[in-house]
Amino acid sequence: MTTTRERPATGSLVQQFEYGLDAPICLTWELTYACNLECAHCLSSSGRRDPRELTTEQCEAVIDELQRMQVFYVNIGGGEPTIRPDFWHLLQYAVDHQVGVKFSTNGVRITPERARFLASTDYVDVQISLDGATAEVNDHVRGPGSYNMALTALQNLADAGFRDAKISVVCTRHNIGQLDEFKALADRFGATLRLTRLRPSGRGAEVWDELHPLPEQQRDLYDWLMAHGEDVLTGDSFFHLAAFGEALPGLNLCGAGRVVCLIDPIGDVYACPFAIHDNFLAGNLLTDGGFRQVWQTSELFQELRSPQTGGACASCSFFDSCRGGCMAAKFFTGLPLDGPDPECVQGYGEAALAGDRVVPAPSQDHSRPNATRNQPVMLQLLTRPPVSACAESPLAGFDPEGCCS
Amino acid sequence: MMLDEPWALSPSVALRPEPFGALAYHFGNRRLTFLKRPELVAVVRALAKQPDVRSALANAGIPTSQHPAYVEALRGLAAADMIRPRVEEPR
Repeated sequence: MTTTRERPATGSLVQQFEYGLDAPICLTWELTYACNLECAHCLSSSGRRDPRELTTEQCEAVIDELQRMQVFYVNIGGGEPTIRPDFWHLLQYAVDHQVGVKFSTNGVRITPERARFLASTDYVDVQISLDGATAEVNDHVRGPGSYNMALTALQNLADAGFRDAKISVVCTRHNIGQLDEFKALADRFGATLRLTRLRPSGRGAEVWDELHPLPEQQRDLYDWLMAHGEDVLTGDSFFHLAAFGEALPGLNLCGAGRVVCLIDPIGDVYACPFAIHDNFLAGNLLTDGGFRQVWQTSELFQELRSPQTGGACASCSFFDSCRGGCMAAKFFTGLPLDGPDPECVQGYGEAALAGDRVVPAPSQDHSRPNATRNQPVMLQLLTRPPVSACAESPLAGFDPEGCCS
Repeated sequence: MMLDEPWALSPSVALRPEPFGALAYHFGNRRLTFLKRPELVAVVRALAKQPDVRSALANAGIPTSQHPAYVEALRGLAAADMIRPRVEEPR
């Protein structure tokens, strides 16, 4: 239950942000659902282009509107945005209209020539996705050859003199142990490391159970971020970890619909990049009067900007730190939005996951219908024997005491 | 003494009005800063048009007793290159 209330005249920045802003601070724009890769955990279930994707002219009109709204920069992603034939044109168009661009890519089109072009621009940031510090760990989720592709792109950027590229890592059970190696890799390319949270969104819903960091790894991650926080970007991804104690650098706030939103390739506007689902669809910028109209007046966003109740979390002494965690992580694991985050570091998430819940059906899927050679084969990486090193007994792991209690 | 100096918004900074004040974005170093009071926004906007910071504060209606606090805030903005000392044309 939420009520619309008057914005307080004073108060902390976080309190002000909860009431929303006239324009987003952090806007993600996915240009296409087409992708050369088929990452197992793709947030947007990308693969195939949608025939309704915005045309070049429509994209230019979006940029014009962002300029008018003074959205100073946009995070462009996909799918793989660089495989849109007009990608480089739109990049230039945005920069020429005072909309800086940070784009995420798997590196497929970052040739030496493109790297030189990028090095010559201002206001462009490049973020290369890499989900393992080794080919084995990366290719397990991103598909064969994707590690080499990313490293070639980073090398091309470094050779061209492009400064401070970002290496963007989704933290999983398999790569939490590689944080130092990622940092070394970033240092090697003169790049900055960016760590983000694995969300159970899109195809991520299917692999979240086996990929999301284990409870003790959450602690390792928190400790590592506390030690390296100044040099590493997180996109405020890990505010659920604030319940370990000290807050991590950043806003520690769910910005969905308040300071953050997503424009998808067909112009649908969602509350956040991790919430591509009808329940978080605020409107469409082609049919609902443009982006400003959707951002400022959609019912969904009005509701998200009203004070939220803590629900089951309200009595937890850490609620003020984590604010109940990530809305998308709860939604896509079938947990109530006013309860604990599935990865609640105080342990309430595990209890909630063990209870009755229904994982919502996806409302869109642009995955390729048939696997290609780029599809990751996740069966390969079984680092531990199923039960124990020498469990040959047919009753291994069977505990007659435990099973009926 | 900052109060007696001419200052202005940096040329690569844009201000975006918001209900609580404004966002200041620096296109050069890509830093985003929040001006948390409408009064501070008025002061920053007045800087370039006034001979010195003191006049900008007066122009925005800031009482003298609050000048030190505003100078502190302006110093913070200067540290992020959001505002710069204005170099006067020699007469």
